Amino acid sequence: MKITLNNNEVSMAGESFSVRELLGLMKFTFPMIVVKVNGRLVRKEDYERVFVGDGDFVEAIHLISGG
Amino acid sequence: MKSRLEKLKGTCIGIAGCGGLGSNCAMALARAGVGHLVLADFDVVTRENLGRQYYFLDQVGQKKVQALKDNIARVDPGINVEAHDLCLGPDEVLRIFKNCRVIIEAFDRAEMKLMLIETVTERFPDKFIIVGSGLAGYGANNALRTRRLGNLFICGDEISEVSEETPPLAPRVGAVAAMQANQVLEIVMDDLQPASGDDVWDE
Repeated sequence: MKITLNNNEVSMAGESFSVRELLGLMKFTFPMIVVKVNGRLVRKEDYERVFVGDGDFVEAIHLISGG
Repeated sequence: MKSRLEKLKGTCIGIAGCGGLGSNCAMALARAGVGHLVLADFDVVTRENLGRQYYFLDQVGQKKVQALKDNIARVDPGINVEAHDLCLGPDEVLRIFKNCRVIIEAFDRAEMKLMLIETVTERFPDKFIIVGSGLAGYGANNALRTRRLGNLFICGDEISEVSEETPPLAPRVGAVAAMQANQVLEIVMDDLQPASGDDVWDE
């Protein structure tokens, strides 16, 4: 499948992945991350339930402490 | 067509957290002519805060929201400032920021940033939220940038975390606070709409 992750096209072996799996594969390791799939915010408690497939537009942003 | 000053004067902006980002952002918005500001913070000014936050020596020990309100009044007593001395959770966000067009995220901790993003995105889809993320240390001017995801703007380098080696320092914290204020001006002056926004990546 091909997805757009943070504005870059990414090809992956497989039909679909949960958000949790995708973040692991893409090495998003910080505890606080904003995830949007096709413009919709995905809450942390839904990472296992929301799946990403071919053509989806995913954004994942690390939130950094300090302010 | 409203003039620049009329538009800003009629705008209400929420400031969630009045530390390094929030105090500097609020002052920039006040000087630019924003007419209504809603401030929220639970903390008091410390001596150490003076290294990067918009407070003065004689304000050490005062509540930050009151000290910031006083400082804004010294620039323009005509600005309407609501000061909320409280710790923000989702319920407080929904209550105190309901009349704001834009909410500035100016918390220290990443989990608070996420709480505010989730609350505003899900419950206030007609408002913008401008987050500061990645502002520790010094130098690397050109790593600071702004990205838009729908109603969410993110200002900062998205990398540098506050630590012993990379403390928050006035120039870079102030730069990100000014970027947040500058983004408010663009939203108000150019009448940006939360829903219509394609995600924009300034790489």
